[in-house]
Amino acid sequence: MKKIILLTIGLAIATLTGARAQEINIQSEINVLGQNKPIPVALSGFTGEGAEVLKFDLTVQGFSFVSPDAAQYLINGSDAGSVSGTLTDKFAKRQLLSRSYNGASLRRQAHAFADDIVQAVLNLKGIGQTKIAFKTQPSGNGVGEIYVADFDGYAAQRVTKDGAIVAKPTWVPGKLAIYYTSYWRGNPDIYFHSLSSGQRSVIAGYSGLNTSAAVSPDGSKVAMVLSKTGSPNIWVANADGSNLKRITVGDEDSSPCWSPDGQWICFATKHNERRRLAKVPAGGGTVHYLDTAGAPNPTEPDWSPDGKWIAFTSQMRDFNICVMPADGSAPAAVLVGGQNPSWAPNSRTLVFNRALGYRQTLSVLDVFTKQYKDCVRVNGSSSQPAWAK
Amino acid sequence: MKINQIILPLALALATTLATTGCKHTPVKTTPIPGPTSKNVNDAGNPITLPPGDKMDGGGPGTGVDTKLGGGGTAPLDEFDGMIKDPAALAANTIHFAFDSAAIKKGEQSNLDAVAAALKNNTSDKLLIEGNCDERGTEEYNRALGERRALAAREALAKLGVSPDRIRTISYGKDKPADPGHDDSAWSKNRRDDFVVLHPKAGA
Repeated sequence: MKKIILLTIGLAIATLTGARAQEINIQSEINVLGQNKPIPVALSGFTGEGAEVLKFDLTVQGFSFVSPDAAQYLINGSDAGSVSGTLTDKFAKRQLLSRSYNGASLRRQAHAFADDIVQAVLNLKGIGQTKIAFKTQPSGNGVGEIYVADFDGYAAQRVTKDGAIVAKPTWVPGKLAIYYTSYWRGNPDIYFHSLSSGQRSVIAGYSGLNTSAAVSPDGSKVAMVLSKTGSPNIWVANADGSNLKRITVGDEDSSPCWSPDGQWICFATKHNERRRLAKVPAGGGTVHYLDTAGAPNPTEPDWSPDGKWIAFTSQMRDFNICVMPADGSAPAAVLVGGQNPSWAPNSRTLVFNRALGYRQTLSVLDVFTKQYKDCVRVNGSSSQPAWAK
Repeated sequence: MKINQIILPLALALATTLATTGCKHTPVKTTPIPGPTSKNVNDAGNPITLPPGDKMDGGGPGTGVDTKLGGGGTAPLDEFDGMIKDPAALAANTIHFAFDSAAIKKGEQSNLDAVAAALKNNTSDKLLIEGNCDERGTEEYNRALGERRALAAREALAKLGVSPDRIRTISYGKDKPADPGHDDSAWSKNRRDDFVVLHPKAGA
């Protein structure tokens, strides 16, 4: 799989021009990042929630559901009472899986089966049992709350009751803990919130803007945007907010994220009155501007866990989700309409928000096939999703 | 380090099963899924169960928030907090901005003069500048842009002799539009700095 992606970067350059996409259809015709076609699977025997979960999970990890004749893989089983199923490779004439599941809920069993299928076919750890955090605004007055849910939007739980503007939740890697921004004290402050204890604390509440926390891959540091010295800039502190250091000095910096090796911070900035993406050593140093030609007005970068890709939002007439190789070896690809991309642990799926009328809904996108599906909705407008990893 | 890492032993167990039994005629194996209704997995084995609610009991704002935590000089509640907001006093002096710009327009000078005069005439008052954006920008980008608009007005007021120490800025990004519409007219109204006079709290 990884080899395929590397080999097809050249192809990506060649096919870029036709890549702009705002269509709602699930199937894509051109894939600019690598794999050309989804993996065809046929599903039989599942009728209810199990079928729904399998279709959602596998679609957003690069599979498409076709008739048995057209499929390479056959998934057969049952979701009556509990989930059981088999996976057969039709071409190799081999059964790859035969499993049944009990415990938890039928949904969780189906997610676990989907994960096993992904592992068997793609040799990737599935994302079926992962979590996201996001903000939801019930009405148009800006007030919202932070929620945590399964990655497909199910089992949403509100974790704040601030009755205030909230923003930009982000996970501590490997922990049941998040950071986010809340205006609850009357100022945008950054909170650390342990989801296991419910305890929270303000880690940055300086005069002016405190927002956009991003935790380093080892969990020890937090990058964030503060304006206490007179302009919104990137600062890095210890996880508890101590040992604060300013690392950028531009006019207007936003949305820091970390490279998975913890060496770099990528962020959005303005340079010569143009919006740019840039990266800077996490300890401070020279700012390097990134080339996002073809994807103007970039903001909201997110670096994939495998280090290869940077996803971001480009603003043309509308907002679009884009992905480019982190090493700049190919131009950015414009994928679908939306904002706020956040990578899944698998480095191929993104959660983002897209406009439905004047509200935002969360959606999950397979980058390599451009297939996406909307998450189940919490009442109101949901945005700024962050994938736990 | 992944949230779901605790699932790994299950996956390994499955892999071992497959390896030892071979793939051709794999007998059906049962995978227990840890979860709230699972009887055979203890709580520690369940990596993704959240506590019910938010664990922030006590109802009122303030409970559950320890502002002393955070070793790094978290701002204490300072002299601005508790002052009485008076958004009406300078409501007529709201200033507006061009698209995606934090530059103060020349035509706004009279408004800034009025704001500066109000602060000079009432030396115990302070000022909150609220920076806002139209909806045509991503959320965190707009939060930064709104802050820069507020800071630009603070700089302009400093040039008019108002101490920046008397001024606090806040950015609402695109979260507090003055006009909820989605057209040029609404957008031009929403790209703005509102000036909120802060009066001393009673007894201060």
